[in-house]
Amino acid sequence: MIQPGTALWFARHEARLAWRDWIAMMTAGRRERLWKVAIGFAVFVILMHAVAYSVVGRFAGATADKPMLVAITASLLLSWLLMASQAMESMTRAFYARADLDLILASPVAVHRLFAVRIATVALSVALMALPLAAPFIDMLVVRGGWRWFGAYGVIAAMGAAAAAFAVVLTAALFHACGPKRTRLVAQVVAAVVGAVFVIGVQVAAILSYGTLSRGDVLRSSAVLALAPDVGSVAWWPARAVLGDGAALAALLLAGAVLLAGAIAIVAPRFADYTMAAAGAVGSAARHARTALAFRQTSPRRALRRKEWTLLRRDPWLVSQTLMQMLYLVPPAVLLWRGFSSGGGAFNLLVPVLVMAAGQLAGGLAWLTISGEDAPDLVATAPIAARAILRAKVEAVLGIIALVFAPLVVVLAAASLWHALVTGIAIVITAAAATAIQLWFRSQAKRSQFRRRQVSSRVATFAEAFSSIGWAGAAAVAAVSLPLAVIPALLALAVLAGARALSPRRRANA
Amino acid sequence: MLAPLPPCALEIRGLVKRFERPAVDGLDLAVRAGEFYALLGPNGAGKTTTLRMIAGLTRPDAGAIHVAGIDALADPVAAKRVMAWISDEPMIYDKLTPREYLEFVAGLWGVVPALAQMRAQELLDWLDLAAHADERCEGFSKGMRQKAALAGALVHDPRVIILDEPLTLLDAGSARQVKNVLRERGAGGAIIMTTHILEVAERMADRIGVIAHGRLIAEGTLEELHRQARRMADDAGAAGGGAATLEDAFLALVAESAAAA
Repeated sequence: MIQPGTALWFARHEARLAWRDWIAMMTAGRRERLWKVAIGFAVFVILMHAVAYSVVGRFAGATADKPMLVAITASLLLSWLLMASQAMESMTRAFYARADLDLILASPVAVHRLFAVRIATVALSVALMALPLAAPFIDMLVVRGGWRWFGAYGVIAAMGAAAAAFAVVLTAALFHACGPKRTRLVAQVVAAVVGAVFVIGVQVAAILSYGTLSRGDVLRSSAVLALAPDVGSVAWWPARAVLGDGAALAALLLAGAVLLAGAIAIVAPRFADYTMAAAGAVGSAARHARTALAFRQTSPRRALRRKEWTLLRRDPWLVSQTLMQMLYLVPPAVLLWRGFSSGGGAFNLLVPVLVMAAGQLAGGLAWLTISGEDAPDLVATAPIAARAILRAKVEAVLGIIALVFAPLVVVLAAASLWHALVTGIAIVITAAAATAIQLWFRSQAKRSQFRRRQVSSRVATFAEAFSSIGWAGAAAVAAVSLPLAVIPALLALAVLAGARALSPRRRANA
Repeated sequence: MLAPLPPCALEIRGLVKRFERPAVDGLDLAVRAGEFYALLGPNGAGKTTTLRMIAGLTRPDAGAIHVAGIDALADPVAAKRVMAWISDEPMIYDKLTPREYLEFVAGLWGVVPALAQMRAQELLDWLDLAAHADERCEGFSKGMRQKAALAGALVHDPRVIILDEPLTLLDAGSARQVKNVLRERGAGGAIIMTTHILEVAERMADRIGVIAHGRLIAEGTLEELHRQARRMADDAGAAGGGAATLEDAFLALVAESAAAA
């Protein structure tokens, strides 16, 4: 029997909630799907292990030489930044979520214990989230290279602890610096930047040095190897721990534990103040319009479009996502700029990147405008045909895509009219396809549920991703050889046809 | 200038809607022009389903609905033009200000901008929202959100107003404001409202309909409902003289209906 109110008791409570939340997310609330999910997960694990087995062979006998240490360290740094980004998102949610906090804050328990558990849970969750991708490779390295590779699991645990510690301290610092009203948005933007900055930085370096998007070229370059510290440096300890150095692993685990414990000791006692300030910020968030509004002449469709654009402009998720898209467009933009001066064939790389980005952004926007309608009854009771409502919403999505991507296509046109034409057409098609998928799988939801939109339909999520990949592939091939582009285009169309056949409305009519 | 309402502002004939069981089962109902009609019933009686069918949010399995003389099933867009729907869950956008929200609603209903702006200001004043008209709704209390939603429903000057538990989130002062606004703005039109606050029905409604198991089991003015409940009590030989309040009458009518079922 665990004593109520202790850290262990809170940990059990959190674990139960997390487990049920995860099961609900995986099964979309339908318990009968549990077996299917378990089988699907098992198939995924086996497939990943098969892929890993074929890939890790040349690394199994790796030694701690400088190129290997650079490559492993760069991979770890990239993974850690992604973990830190994820941990920041989780911490921001923890500060602003109400859920059971009112109950707990009103109870006579020592609440800092709960918050200590919640911070530790973030560390655990970011480490666990890395496992589905990392574990197959580690397992196969153990199989092919021996037990020394098992230490990589310890490195992931230490990285999770360090990422959570970094995230909690940074989010708390933002809370102090920006205040409770702005922290959520700022933290989301910072999380996006943290997650993207390393990849983008290395890609930009690769473009400027070698004219490609390949990060490997930079990491293997003699310039980087010359600049890197000596093999005996402390900087390589994480990489050495991965390679089976027991002392380095122990030091890393200790450092992770100390960082996490320190962050918990500093932030947990203040956590209650942060959450209460965050709750107060929502209540007092009186944001005034800049000027007194004069009503404008409009049609219902235009009113709908304008409403969607206003809401999207004021949506913190969209701001952070668009910013992230913009960040990921920096390397292609640099490639474009470099292509101007060198006149090389770098544009072939640009086309699929732009098309893929457009498809992904359009999918998110389409969900927000079509499914994420906060006043569905109001719109449904307005004297407008349902078709006109949908048309206005689709126009709103495509308008934003045009606004974001048109400048890049125009600049591309100045360099290569053919590439610009292919990119422009493919962007329109991929955005339309993503919007169509959201239309077929639309369900009534609140905009605030955006993060969990994948839960309502995994078919839609996968269809959206594969459709974007298909159209990006078709555009990439079309940029080189138009007739060959028919093959990926047909595959993308097949994805759309499959999605349509599996859509709930279609099945309901069948 | 709006055309005058026909004598029967809202007419429902043989309305049927089944989900897993019948929710509305052959309902007949008529609301006259200028009338405030309260629809009462126990939980699950079919009140909200009925109102959602009138508003065009749920398609009936059978029956006919005429709003201001317009066949709402044959021409829903024309019917929606003269209607407003307000539910207990305020339908507003957190990231818009009340004034922006009213401009949006006016745009949906195609109201001339100058007229919409004037009406919006009037409603914001009446509902005590003028001081917050240019703040985003995200920080609003539930009562303020409901008042903003009500302003949105009235900005296009609807002839038939459909209210589903509109006072649930409001405190006493706000509820009185809303009742006054409804009385003023509803004058000349027709209002049909469900409520579980029987005092509201007692004070505001010209006529009251009691619905149970998807059917209208009693209808009339407050006095007529009292008489009907007393008659039932007499028939049953109950002591105590029958219904003294609307609550007594309502409970007696629902109990009688349950016994008959």
